[in-house]
Amino acid sequence: MVARRSYGKLVAFLASRTRDVAAAEDALAEAFASALAHWPERGVPDNPEAWLFAAARRKAIDAHRAIKRGENASAHLTLMAEELAAVSTGEIPDERLKLLFACAHPAIDQEMRAPLMLQTVLGFDAAAIASAFLVSPAAMSQRLVRAKSRIQGSGIPFRVPEREDLAERLPFVLDAIYAAYAEGWSDPMGTDASAREMAGEAIWLGRLAAMLLPDEAEALGLLALMLHSHARRAARRDASGAFVPLSEQDAGLWDGAMMSEAESLLRRAAAMNAIGRFQLEAAVQSAHAMRALRGEADWPAIVTLYDALWTMTGSPVIAINRAVAIAETQGAEAGLAALDALDPKSLTQYQPYWSARAHLLAKTGAVDGARIAYDQAIGLEIDPAVRRFLQRKKARLAH
Amino acid sequence: MEYMLVLFSDPKPLMTMKPAEMEQMAGAYYAFTQALQKEKAFLDSRRLKTAADATTVTQNGGKSKVVNGPYIETKEELAGYYLIDVPDLDAALKWAARCPTAGHGHVEVRPIWPMPG
Repeated sequence: MVARRSYGKLVAFLASRTRDVAAAEDALAEAFASALAHWPERGVPDNPEAWLFAAARRKAIDAHRAIKRGENASAHLTLMAEELAAVSTGEIPDERLKLLFACAHPAIDQEMRAPLMLQTVLGFDAAAIASAFLVSPAAMSQRLVRAKSRIQGSGIPFRVPEREDLAERLPFVLDAIYAAYAEGWSDPMGTDASAREMAGEAIWLGRLAAMLLPDEAEALGLLALMLHSHARRAARRDASGAFVPLSEQDAGLWDGAMMSEAESLLRRAAAMNAIGRFQLEAAVQSAHAMRALRGEADWPAIVTLYDALWTMTGSPVIAINRAVAIAETQGAEAGLAALDALDPKSLTQYQPYWSARAHLLAKTGAVDGARIAYDQAIGLEIDPAVRRFLQRKKARLAH
Repeated sequence: MEYMLVLFSDPKPLMTMKPAEMEQMAGAYYAFTQALQKEKAFLDSRRLKTAADATTVTQNGGKSKVVNGPYIETKEELAGYYLIDVPDLDAALKWAARCPTAGHGHVEVRPIWPMPG
């Protein structure tokens, strides 16, 4: 296990001066290979991280000697040799936060920020990341190479932004971690072990961010949100593998320890008086989690929270969820009215809009409209389990 | 690291600008240049005449082909550059955001190809 947990720490420190992430990964891969060759016969060293670092640094120095000559190269080598001497005695400095900020830099293509973190901080290979993000391994591998070369080529710093820039940059890091998590569990087949593993690892990234930025309320909010969502993973499919929507899940299957950890994170975050999107979304999940305790979700709180999120983000996803929550507190007609108030242009290709519409129409008895809306939703859904669920719903409509 | 801030802007509004506005704009660029010099980030800067005065040359099979005008016709055209020396991309982006061109056109931030030695 030294591998996964040490990987990012070693990559971050190896690359922090040179900003050459690809070279750091190559050197580390060779260090792991020589560990596999040496440790079984000579035993695991007292400080495996320092051993791996020293081995990787030596590989990097060798590689550097082979390609570069001249004054610049020797200055570089001196720097690396000094680092090596400093570390051989003590702990590896934790530069992972700098690596997270480099991966989520606005100069990196937004879609590549999460994959880049999964690879450089956690050591996932391009094929595993590609399968979670539904792209071909070759394309993912090429994009990762390009993104890494961009870190060095464009001069993206390995630095935690100063206070005045932190507020602007932190959301990029948190968004990327959340994207890594969301891709990990939206796993369309529900059978892909690497995708499920990725969700767990994204939570680990969230823990890392929350640990390294203990005073950032949104970092805690994000971790709380992921924990609340992950707590329900066992309830999302029934014994036959069929999709179970949140409202029909058996709350007894939710992971209580994970939910209470999320709650205490949210309380810590709330005390910091810096409300943000992730805390609000986590609070929505917390209000849903009330069902495990009281038998019913706290719908009035959910409506209030979605009001705030809608004002903050203007996101159509939020608007749809808000309409569904309004239907719970004020009836299906009110929910439909909230849906009707939205701009349909941005929503006609969006499955949740049609399934929410179908659900609310069915409740008001408008069966024909519901049937048409279910058809739209079924046509747009890519996850076969969710599609079957929608088909069952449609079949159950009264004739 | 050395970067070039490549400035793109629409030359049309300049043609109808009143002298006072022109002076104000020149002042903004002067102040920006001064700030770069004060922070020891300034290497060089030039403003270009408009693309209407550009001539584009290609060599093909030993023959030169000469065309009136810029290589690419765009509403916002290459208008000048700042060559700066700063620690990293974040510093370069901050200067780019302060450049007056960012307010009415676009500033492209390009690392300079490092020369060996």
